[in-house]
Amino acid sequence: MSFWTRELRATYAFVERNFNLVKRYWGWELVWITYSIVNSLAITFIGAGMEKISGQSVDTQFLILYLLVGTLIWSYLSVVFDSISEMITWERWEGTIEYTFMAPVSRSTHMIGTTLFAVAYGIFRTLITLGVVTFFFQINLEKANLAGAMLLLLIGSVSFIGFGIVAAVLPLLFSERGSQMTHVIEALLLLISGIYYPISVLPDWLQTVSMLSPATYVLDAMREAILHGKSTVELLPYAWPLLVMGVITIPFGLLVFGIVERFAKRTGRLKRSG
Amino acid sequence: MQVVGSDLKGVTLMSNVALNAQNVGKSFASEEPFIKRWRNRNGKRLAVNDVSFQVNRGEIYGVLGPNGSGKSTLIRCIATLLIPDAGYIEIFGHDIERDEMIVKRLINRVSVDAAFFKKLSAMENLLYAARLYSMDGLTARRKIREILGRLGIKELNQPLEHMSRGMQQKVAIARAFLSSPILLLLDEPTTGLDPRSKREVQEFVLEMRDQHDATVLLTTHDMDEADKLCDRVAIIDNGKIIAEDTPQGLKESIRHRIPQPTLEDVFMELTGKQLVVEQDLAKEVS
Repeated sequence: MSFWTRELRATYAFVERNFNLVKRYWGWELVWITYSIVNSLAITFIGAGMEKISGQSVDTQFLILYLLVGTLIWSYLSVVFDSISEMITWERWEGTIEYTFMAPVSRSTHMIGTTLFAVAYGIFRTLITLGVVTFFFQINLEKANLAGAMLLLLIGSVSFIGFGIVAAVLPLLFSERGSQMTHVIEALLLLISGIYYPISVLPDWLQTVSMLSPATYVLDAMREAILHGKSTVELLPYAWPLLVMGVITIPFGLLVFGIVERFAKRTGRLKRSG
Repeated sequence: MQVVGSDLKGVTLMSNVALNAQNVGKSFASEEPFIKRWRNRNGKRLAVNDVSFQVNRGEIYGVLGPNGSGKSTLIRCIATLLIPDAGYIEIFGHDIERDEMIVKRLINRVSVDAAFFKKLSAMENLLYAARLYSMDGLTARRKIREILGRLGIKELNQPLEHMSRGMQQKVAIARAFLSSPILLLLDEPTTGLDPRSKREVQEFVLEMRDQHDATVLLTTHDMDEADKLCDRVAIIDNGKIIAEDTPQGLKESIRHRIPQPTLEDVFMELTGKQLVVEQDLAKEVS
């Protein structure tokens, strides 16, 4: 059997397993999708109400769309980030971590399988949210370059995956608090990436830090594509930083993960009990 | 190094010794509070202490020892889940650190805790395991039905959380058998099983050895099981191997003191400890 057949089968193992888990935990998933939709609606309603809040004339449609892009992208990136960063937490909780780590599967295949499912599931959940919010606000997307936006979103996912892999290290190092630590990383990305506001309103030093977040570029590109209808070619300048970040963060994440995995095997942190 | 043949998975076996452990040591940081640990920097807990043994191809080798004697740590080291602090371990001539991926293809393990995705069914859990070991879906489903059928499990699609502890343990055993390992690490595999299930698993272990060319390393607290299954037995206490022989040889070694010794007598003579068996626990609880 060729190396590639083996790795493809193992990759599919993670995709299929995660699909089965989502299917079996459908109640939880329903709760999370509902939460995501309600959250998106609540934030988008801020845009709808801004004229009344400020008492001044505001381009409400533009503001709604601006916030909607932020909330949808954040919802998507959170699903991708959480799926990857929680892969250790989940396996530790179920007690299966030793069996997965004992299998003849490279860690990059493990990550690819987890990531493929995360991206597909993230897109599925985001489309549902988009459908519901569009129904509420009757948003006009005629001018939007949706294909270009989707392309940038996928490119953006690549760099987010690297961040997710680095975050996945934390539950391996800290079996009880690691999961909460990944949420801190997520919250920092939320703060600096201009999800609901332009990064120009941030203090200068935070604006500099925001250049390191892939979400900053994804959001800029998405807003250009959806709010201003820019062509895919015009969006390419946003793609390069994302690709460069992916090229750096994914191998870096795998390297860090490898080092921490060895540390966990030296100190006995893989096992849950027994 | 001499190449002695190839197994079905296309891995070249470099030796006919299935498992070669030499001077293996493993210690863990003490779980004392940080200040105490800092004051006592050498205060590590020694789990496995200079352990050496060999298991030949096709053997069933038992490791017996009281709770906390280092059996599970030793098995975790062999299973590539822990990196030993000292010594080395080879599986069919492949070093577990240097040739980790090859070793992983040759081994599988059953531990005392049947760890699964509890919401997933037996079929879904085993399908996941089979794919990790490069099996295609059709073959995997067929083998899963076959092995679970042999172990008396008919309900393949209900979540494992709805199954009894014993049934879950049987699924765990099926997971290990599924990948057809040529070195099978069984860490108290029959703990929690009723007598009938225990016997089915024991027969399956023998079948794995006799018909599928598997070598087995078995830890157990069931002395009758060890006597019945094992070709050789090592007794481990405080992380060190204190005796190693055939079950008969071990019994002979104390015949001068006990006329008709059992393996349990040997265990108690050598470790100076009472066995904690399920019956004792049940008595404690009642």
